[in-house]
Amino acid sequence: MAVNSLGREIPDKLCGRKLTPYSGAFSAQPSAVIGTNKRQKRFLPGEKKLLPSIREAILKSGLRDGMTISFHHHFREGDKIVGQVLNEIRALGIKNLTFAPSAVVNVREPSISDFVRDGTIRRIEASGIRGELGNAVLEGLMEEPVILRTHGSRPRAIEAGELVIDVAFLGASAADEYGNATGCIGPNACGSLGFAMIDARSAATVVVVTDHLVDYPCVPASIAQDQVDYVVRVDEIGDPEKIGKGAARLTRNPRDLLIAKRAAKVIANCGWFRDGFSFLTGVGAIPIACTRFLRDEMVKRGIAAGMAVGGIPGSAIRLFEEGLIRCVQAVQSFDAESALAIDANKMVLECDNSLYANPHSCGCLVNRLDVGLLGALEVDVDFNVNLLTGANGEMVGGLGGGPDAAAGAAVPVVALPLVRGRIPSVVRRVMTACTPGETVAAVVTEAGIALNPRHRNYKAVKASLDAARIETVPIETLCGMAEEITGVPKPIECTGRVVAVVEYRDGTVIDVIRQIKTER
Amino acid sequence: MTKEPLRRSLLYVSGSSPANLAQAPYYGADCLVYDLEDSVPVAEKDAARFLIFNTLLKKRPKNVEVIVRVNALSTPFGHEDLEAVVRARPDIVRFPKIETPEDVRRADEAIRAVEEKAGITPGSTRLIAGMETHTGVLNAREIATASPRTAAISIGGEDFTASMKTTRSADGLELFYARNAVLLAARAAGIQAIDTVFADINNTEGLIEDTKLIKKLGFDGKYLIHPRQVEPVNEIFTPTEKELEKALRVFEAIRQAHEKNLGVVALDGGMVDEPVVERARRVVSLAEAAGMIDGGDILWQ
Repeated sequence: MAVNSLGREIPDKLCGRKLTPYSGAFSAQPSAVIGTNKRQKRFLPGEKKLLPSIREAILKSGLRDGMTISFHHHFREGDKIVGQVLNEIRALGIKNLTFAPSAVVNVREPSISDFVRDGTIRRIEASGIRGELGNAVLEGLMEEPVILRTHGSRPRAIEAGELVIDVAFLGASAADEYGNATGCIGPNACGSLGFAMIDARSAATVVVVTDHLVDYPCVPASIAQDQVDYVVRVDEIGDPEKIGKGAARLTRNPRDLLIAKRAAKVIANCGWFRDGFSFLTGVGAIPIACTRFLRDEMVKRGIAAGMAVGGIPGSAIRLFEEGLIRCVQAVQSFDAESALAIDANKMVLECDNSLYANPHSCGCLVNRLDVGLLGALEVDVDFNVNLLTGANGEMVGGLGGGPDAAAGAAVPVVALPLVRGRIPSVVRRVMTACTPGETVAAVVTEAGIALNPRHRNYKAVKASLDAARIETVPIETLCGMAEEITGVPKPIECTGRVVAVVEYRDGTVIDVIRQIKTER
Repeated sequence: MTKEPLRRSLLYVSGSSPANLAQAPYYGADCLVYDLEDSVPVAEKDAARFLIFNTLLKKRPKNVEVIVRVNALSTPFGHEDLEAVVRARPDIVRFPKIETPEDVRRADEAIRAVEEKAGITPGSTRLIAGMETHTGVLNAREIATASPRTAAISIGGEDFTASMKTTRSADGLELFYARNAVLLAARAAGIQAIDTVFADINNTEGLIEDTKLIKKLGFDGKYLIHPRQVEPVNEIFTPTEKELEKALRVFEAIRQAHEKNLGVVALDGGMVDEPVVERARRVVSLAEAAGMIDGGDILWQ
């Protein structure tokens, strides 16, 4: 057992895998030759790729026991591909697979935990797990721990040979019979296919699944034919209602508005808010409201952002259309407005997940961020952020790109309410460390703003905020205020058994999640 | 005369919502009005009283005035409310449904009784008298002077219009007389005047129009029923840079006149008389509250 630099106990080895404890946001020094599972192939002129069914594609792909399958998450809650593929795999009797989607596994029907129970899935590697599967994992469903990676870490792990994908099943809202695929058109358009590109480049076999076959060539293609082995047309790849998750109107919740306004004030006065600045925000109520306040501030000062990066909601596209953002790099598109913008605007670009956030490359986009607005479940007095485990002992989130953006941005700002219901969000020690405190510059709550003295840009940010007469308090004060309202919750009791490994973006282990003691 | 605090925004917070009580201090209102009256269901009156009592004792927000609206003394809850509330020492107790100066005197005596029992300096608890009916408005002048505790009087527009057999409209014409009657009474008594709530919380435009009107009439502030209403109202009461600059020049002219031992202060070819100074003082106070300047020195020189 080792203790990493955040004071978290990390086992030396787990299921035959050696774990390297986290030792600093930029400590790991990579040198591996980029090696993936992709092999040279030969497709003869006239050879067909279109197959009649998913079952046929599974058979042709050579998928067998113990292999690794992957999916992207661009259809979010509306995804109908994962379920169809897993059902066919089960029917074929293939077992012990590693299931490695690009993000949070959140498929309700069919239940993924059933595939674990019947032995179809043996391992899971994702950015988060929640819902029924998440709770089952916390209670010890899986024999091998789940590996959780950030959005930037996944392409890194694939290139480093840590995640070796045998068959990638990549949904596309439109594709042609020879494998050119896009997310920008079709009845289930999801916009950017940024998270699928690394899979298309790296998997031994790539199967494109679509419900909307178009005439050859399907261009511009996000995934090009030279990377695709097979194409399958199915009746339905998704539910458009649930694909557009980010189409949120401006919140009316006064607390969220207040937090958003404060966060915007911090961002606008931190010293990095100037013409040409780059930023990233999420899609929750607070980020969307904050973007709106930043818009007003940009107009007031007569400046525009150079680049917006990350998951892009329609609200960001409206800023682009107003001329307040010059370039949008969308790794995913959160709603129809954002999805359609890629096709319509030269400066709204689809960006690959690796370009977006891979820490072990010649420089990802998040390295160029001036400010990032990030959400959190909990943050502690060391500024460590928990994105995964709720205080009620449930898996509620995913790592997403938060830890990547925090590391890259000059001024990463975490915005969250001081308390949620009767549970404090600013605590002494987060249950699961996901983003290291040293990469968080500021925490913004409705009750006050705290700056992190250990952040690399602390001095400059502090001086700028002081000059703007923006009051800050020590984070311990915020923690005290939260505890004054809620009291100090009893920590959740765990057994010694590790059920999930939380990797930092560089592949070291920032924390582990242990099995929750249940009263049953 | 002691300096009366600014009361631009007086935000109601229901005593039946612990979460709202915890959140309320963060929205920037000048005063929080913890409510035991209309927002609290009859079955929860005792729980709300207990909660407000304990909030005041254990988690009283800093840098903000705390007012408690009690139930009318004619109800079964009024006296019990006072027993608890006065002991918890809010800045002000606000009484609803005041119709006559006797109502105010009864409130004054009821407070005094609790003050004496609890060993609190008699007279230190202040009050706001709220008028909500035609009779109340007609008696505004006497109500405003009925007790030395009175910090302000206010008009409750919803009940008043009901008592007048009408309803509230966008332009507020039906409230025009009553607002002015209350305002005149307050000014004559040398106390503050607080305006009624604007009930449609999603109509920010309407709120802004209504607040501009009452600011123009001369009201000191407005009761609010939702945190989102605080900022627009505070903003309307925030002076423009131009107004502030002019006010500061008034004080500068006074300072220079004092230096030169001049009896008469002149500015821009005109005389700076008491109304000019008073207006300038209010502008500086409002600017200070809005964080535009640190006005402490200017105001008290």
